Amino acid sequence: MADHTEHVHHAHHGKPDFWTHYVFSQDHKMISKQFLVTAMIMGVVGMMMSVFFRLQLGWPGQSFAILETFLGKWAPDGVLDPNMYLALVTIHGTIMVFMVLTGGLSGTFANLLIPLQIGARDMASGFLNMLSFWFFLGSSVIMLASLFVETGPASGGWTIYPPLSALPQAIPGSGLGMTLWLVSMTLFIVSSLLGGINYIVTIINLRTKGMSMDRMPLTTWALFITAILGLLSFPVLLSAALLLVFDRSFGTSFYLSDIFISGQALEHTGGSPILFQHLFWFLGHPEVYIVLLPALGITSEVVSTMSRKPIFGYKAMVGSMLAIAFLSMIVWGHHMFVTGMNPFLGSVFTFTTLLVAIPSAVKVFNYLTTLWKGNIVYSPAMLFAIGLVSTFITGGLTGIILGDSALDINIHDTYFVVGHFHIVMGASAIFGMFSGVYHWFPKMYGRMMNKNLGYAHFWITITSMYGVFFPMHFLGLAGIPRRYYDNTAFPIFDGLQDINEMISLFAILGACAQAIFFFNFIYSIYRGPRASQNPWHSNALEWTTPVNPGHGNWPGAIPTVYRWAYDYSRPDKDVDFIPQNVPPTADEKEIH
Amino acid sequence: MLNLLIVLVVILAVVALASVVRVFELGADLRGHDPSAVTESDNRTQSTILVFAGICYMAYVFYQIFWGPEVLPVAASVHGVKTDFLLNLTWAIILPVFFITHILLIYFGYKYFHRSDRKSDFFAHSTKLEAVWTIVPTIVLSSLIVYGLSTWQEITGPTPEETMVIELYSKQFDWTARYAGDDNRLGPSGYRLIEGGNTLGVDLTDAASNDDKVVRGEFHLPVGKPVLFKFHSRDVIHSAYMPHFRTQMNCVPGMTTQFHFVPTMTTAEMRVETGNPEFDYLLLCNKICGAAHNNMQMNIIVESEADFNAWLAGQKTLAEQLSKPVESEIKPQQAEVLEASTETPNGI
Ligand code: HEM
Ligand SMILES: [Cu+2]
Ligand SMILES: [Cu+2]
Repeated sequence: MADHTEHVHHAHHGKPDFWTHYVFSQDHKMISKQFLVTAMIMGVVGMMMSVFFRLQLGWPGQSFAILETFLGKWAPDGVLDPNMYLALVTIHGTIMVFMVLTGGLSGTFANLLIPLQIGARDMASGFLNMLSFWFFLGSSVIMLASLFVETGPASGGWTIYPPLSALPQAIPGSGLGMTLWLVSMTLFIVSSLLGGINYIVTIINLRTKGMSMDRMPLTTWALFITAILGLLSFPVLLSAALLLVFDRSFGTSFYLSDIFISGQALEHTGGSPILFQHLFWFLGHPEVYIVLLPALGITSEVVSTMSRKPIFGYKAMVGSMLAIAFLSMIVWGHHMFVTGMNPFLGSVFTFTTLLVAIPSAVKVFNYLTTLWKGNIVYSPAMLFAIGLVSTFITGGLTGIILGDSALDINIHDTYFVVGHFHIVMGASAIFGMFSGVYHWFPKMYGRMMNKNLGYAHFWITITSMYGVFFPMHFLGLAGIPRRYYDNTAFPIFDGLQDINEMISLFAILGACAQAIFFFNFIYSIYRGPRASQNPWHSNALEWTTPVNPGHGNWPGAIPTVYRWAYDYSRPDKDVDFIPQNVPPTADEKEIH
Repeated sequence: MLNLLIVLVVILAVVALASVVRVFELGADLRGHDPSAVTESDNRTQSTILVFAGICYMAYVFYQIFWGPEVLPVAASVHGVKTDFLLNLTWAIILPVFFITHILLIYFGYKYFHRSDRKSDFFAHSTKLEAVWTIVPTIVLSSLIVYGLSTWQEITGPTPEETMVIELYSKQFDWTARYAGDDNRLGPSGYRLIEGGNTLGVDLTDAASNDDKVVRGEFHLPVGKPVLFKFHSRDVIHSAYMPHFRTQMNCVPGMTTQFHFVPTMTTAEMRVETGNPEFDYLLLCNKICGAAHNNMQMNIIVESEADFNAWLAGQKTLAEQLSKPVESEIKPQQAEVLEASTETPNGI
């Protein structure tokens, strides 16, 4: 993190000391790094958890010293406790979806890229931006703290359906652990709302001269649409969570009714557990796209730049993102086909759900056409982008099966679902995130990451990813439910145990591969070769700043924009890229 | 001690890796290369690995597709045969799409790796192409939607007359089945009536309750006859999952959900079909419900109608099971609860 010499400061900023520079920074670039590092730490925790419960699933009941080392009383004699298994699954899911792929992905790249790509000196409100990070950090810390609660962390699944999540009698994790989960999630929602408002306002108001909406890079478009989607749906989760707090602590009955537990009938009457599910999935489904769209935006930029070719169908790419975002808000019921929902309503949700496949297909075909007759430079970022296209296809296609209510009856809540969403949302979003880190690392740290380690990281990661998640579809078809501590109670599943074992081996391999990435990341911050100003020969505005831009981004005037971000390999020019701030020559017409 | 050793080994490995990387980078520096630049030979190598890995991936998928039908159990219900057909139809549509798009991805990735004497084709837009790949998926998906929804409608349609009614009652962590008896009417029940042996909270004062029969551990179904299940839960949400019948429905405290189907194969037939003399149909819990979620099950025996009738006749009625004298009065507030929980909301 050396070489922050040429800072341009606003008048009210004094000389930067350690605290204002690294800790209470209001510079969007520093905040972006704060998000990234926090998310990486949370990612390690989430990943370790998945390895822990994969040990149990691969070799049920076997003793592993490492479990006892890390989990202590929750793994007596090295065998995972069933309640702790559920807790690990729950916290793993929560951390991955919210901390890593929402906070981490949007927080890192919206902060880094929005001001740089639209030509702004900083976010509209640096202060809100700082608050957004601090709420995020608070939320992450509380989530981690909940791991140390006497009765264990929340264990009702990341979807925290009541009554299970409302009643400590039902599962010990629904005591203090669940309370902390709700507090953490509240802070998280505040963080993402503060961030989201800021991103939207910045994009609408602070674009530099010439940066019309239809010249914005697709990354910024994606982050913009994501922020709007988050702003519309996260408050609903907040209200769902608050009502749950009332039911848990103040005796209300929003979600509870007719319950007899621990030998006693509860007083709650008139509530409906299904109401919670509607509220939860009203966020929960858009959430899938809140993690996916930024990844798709990053890939669009990387695929185009590294193919030295304009992204094919720029307008269709924007249009399909808008369509996906809109549709994602009216499909939530596909998570509830078997809740006893009115069958007619089920039909409506099947209809809207399958429609999402259309804009998704458009995106895939546009990526493929962008590669066609390109001149592809295989940077690690490009490999991850290609990996994303593959996972997006694979996972998207199995979504057509799940979205069909008649088929979902049999595979709902089985491992088919686990395979599907890890590929389409987990892997795709993570690949987008890796792609972004490899691509913009020079912008963040002024140095390059090691490409060979990057290649190794990619190939091992994608191999183990498909090794882990693809076979899960078939476990699901065989009827294995998810969130099972083990399958030994069912002899009919005995024959599938070697597959579970293989999956666990791949999971361990995949986790080890991430060590390569962390090593590369940390090593390159200090020792990586120095980056040139525009290492990927990109057109976008972020590469017109100095290698280590100070607070304020451009030392002189903000550049004016004359063209879209995808003038690569224009037939009428000799150079293969023309940055956005290059004025057109007299005979040139704008094409896109 | 062992832990300390492990930590030391990890640290050593990191240091060694750092030195190796350093040596390579310095070597590249000396030869005047930028060690981070992606070279022609990188492009060639990576695109070749892409082809190799891509082919492996497709072979892996291909292999599992053929292995797939073996894991999906034979459908043993009338609607299950239909949904399996729909599933196969969907596979038949998505698999070609999968292979074609992946082949294109890999082929383009290989064919067009960067060479400095080439220039990309500036191809930014084509209304015709974009229209094609908007309209074709729309048509394909529409037909899937129409077909899927017609199947869904058949499954969820009205229950045929003379359907036998069975209640499946869930609690942490077991299942209870209640047969409606000769009157084919389940007696009303409510959670406030749960007491002693009356674990389902059946209202014993109601005439419809007396002939109800409660069974645990396993329950029986007659082959070829429609059955209507009413699902209840007393504590948290459970889900009644019977994979061989392609049936699943959540059990939600405070409401009644339902599902009806016709089993088509007896347990004996299925034992022959699967080649497994131990085979039994299963009811599993498929909604996270607590520590023993992974072992909340009940066996299902499907048999001929005659065998079924004989079995049912051998079961005691509720009145016989709970030989306690029947209470004759219910308190007014209980009556309210009863009413609320015996209607069948569709639970929107
Ligand atoms: C290191 C690689 C990973 C492995 C090996 C892994 C494996 C698993 C497994 C086996 C489950 C439990 C399934 C069950 O019992 O229901 C699970 C749950 C889950 N995972 Fe992952 N996962 C990984 C990465 C991710 C990522 C990147 C995401 C981000 C989307 C993610 C999100 C989730 C979610 C949301 C759940 C569901 C939690 C719940 O059931 O409440 N995982 N994971
Ligand atoms: Cu969804
Ligand atoms: Cu259960």
